[in-house]
Amino acid sequence: MLKIQNLSASYSGHQVLHEVSLDVKNGEVLALIGPNGAGKSTIIRAASGVIPSTGQVRTNGDDFASLSPLQRARYLAVVPQAISLPPAFTVWETVLMGRTPYLGFLGHASSHDEEMARQALNRVNALAFSERRVGELSGGERQRVLLARALCQSTPILLLDEPTAHLDLQYQVSLLELVHELAHKENLAVLVALHDLNLASHYADRVALLVGGHLKAIGTPREVLTSELISEAYCLPVQVVEHPFLGGPLVLPDSKI
Amino acid sequence: MKSKPFLSSFFFLLIVFILSLAIGSVFISPAELWKIVRGIGDETFTFIIWQIRLPRTILIALTGAALSGSGAAYQGLFRNPLADPFLIGVASGAGLGAVIAMSIQWPYSFWGLMAIPMAAFIAALLTVFIVYFLARVGQTIPTTNLILAGVAFSSFATSLTSFLMLRSTSEVRRALGWLLGGASQAGWTAILAILPYLVVGLGILLISGHALNLLQFGDDQAQQLGLNVTRIKTILLVAASLATAAAVAFSGIIGFIGLIVPHLMRLWFGADYRRLIPLSIIGGASALLISDILARIVLAPQEIPVGIITALAGAPFFLWVLRRSKNQGFW
Repeated sequence: MLKIQNLSASYSGHQVLHEVSLDVKNGEVLALIGPNGAGKSTIIRAASGVIPSTGQVRTNGDDFASLSPLQRARYLAVVPQAISLPPAFTVWETVLMGRTPYLGFLGHASSHDEEMARQALNRVNALAFSERRVGELSGGERQRVLLARALCQSTPILLLDEPTAHLDLQYQVSLLELVHELAHKENLAVLVALHDLNLASHYADRVALLVGGHLKAIGTPREVLTSELISEAYCLPVQVVEHPFLGGPLVLPDSKI
Repeated sequence: MKSKPFLSSFFFLLIVFILSLAIGSVFISPAELWKIVRGIGDETFTFIIWQIRLPRTILIALTGAALSGSGAAYQGLFRNPLADPFLIGVASGAGLGAVIAMSIQWPYSFWGLMAIPMAAFIAALLTVFIVYFLARVGQTIPTTNLILAGVAFSSFATSLTSFLMLRSTSEVRRALGWLLGGASQAGWTAILAILPYLVVGLGILLISGHALNLLQFGDDQAQQLGLNVTRIKTILLVAASLATAAAVAFSGIIGFIGLIVPHLMRLWFGADYRRLIPLSIIGGASALLISDILARIVLAPQEIPVGIITALAGAPFFLWVLRRSKNQGFW
């Protein structure tokens, strides 16, 4: 359970997040949507404590502000965008670093830690290339490695920052299927920033719409992905129709061409 | 070599260490060395070994270890393959600090001697923060900025150093030799004076391999994985600067060792800083000992400053790394 209350954040004096409050329950995927610059990544950075913020981020009564980075990393794992990863580490080394919150300063991994890394790699189907260097991997493979590293942290809360950006369609689908399955089977609270509205519609249990750092709407995909809300948020007329095969809302830009 | 990197690099260091004791204006064979160790050697040879070659060899080994260990740490901290104590200006800054201390306390007493590495350390620390803030763009430090800021600050510090040295006319020649990295200051007192800095500095770096590994992912990810990034970066900067200052205080400004050795170690043994730091320390000692042996024999009986040897080998290496990191982004 992740509880965000009145979260505000600024970059060099310019406020980019205005008193956002939202909850992510265990066993639920909450998608953050909104146009570029709406504050999706900022929420993830503020909630994980890497930028200063005001307001509260808590889980089961523990206020994250009072925790050290190490303690926080036992509650909350982040899957960043895979654009810049150190290329020289192997997949195995990279994933094992997810065990950091449980290791001493020297970073010596026990056989239990190695077992956790193996399970995490297996979970994302990456065991086969665990000895390869990260620099040799494709974007889709790298994103899976980052997910495995986050799973290795064995936290109850998982935050993902646009994990499908730069991925081909088949990787977008398989990644989000896995994330959805993790939330439901392993009872994780998952907050995922997505810019593809139809992926959000299909894979999220609830959707939160951000515009200009304000929370505009939060609810089921059917409640939030309406033509009124989306047209206004993106300054573009859109049609929302029922998905012909899967059900649920399907957002289509109302182009004149 | 790949399977037992520590064993092989230790063995290599041992051989180079013995060679450094053996080679010089008079050749002292390993058999003779063994006699001297047991206290039954020739009297002159015994004096040469205990009072000249052994302290010099130890000082050179410690200097190489410190420059290379701190080079590896700076590279990890700045996430930049070209960070070297010399190239980022820290060595010149430390040199300036040392010269200031020397010009105040000349000729030196025991405590004056102890003040030299302290002054070098303070100046090194100031330099690293100045260069860091000059070169930083947001969260990253582009290579060009780092090198430019380092070179600019380096020239500034070197000019001031030259100015100070020209004022203390009596010792100009000796000081110039020192600046180019000669071991003319060698002696047991010098080793004693820098040892505390080295032990603390390199000791911290040696246990920080995992933290340096995490920092390679950037500040955000390192913190999200549980690292207290601001605190650890400060500690590591201080530790690397301690080691650099210790190296520069009595061996002068020796470039490129901190660039070449960590680079080769990374190529041969991988990017894991838990191995890279100790291997760079051992390898740095060997590399500088080899350079020092060469400095003694290429123009024998005349000696050339060891900094000239490392620069001759290091500058082309630097250009090669620059090209490589541009082409592949892989280090």
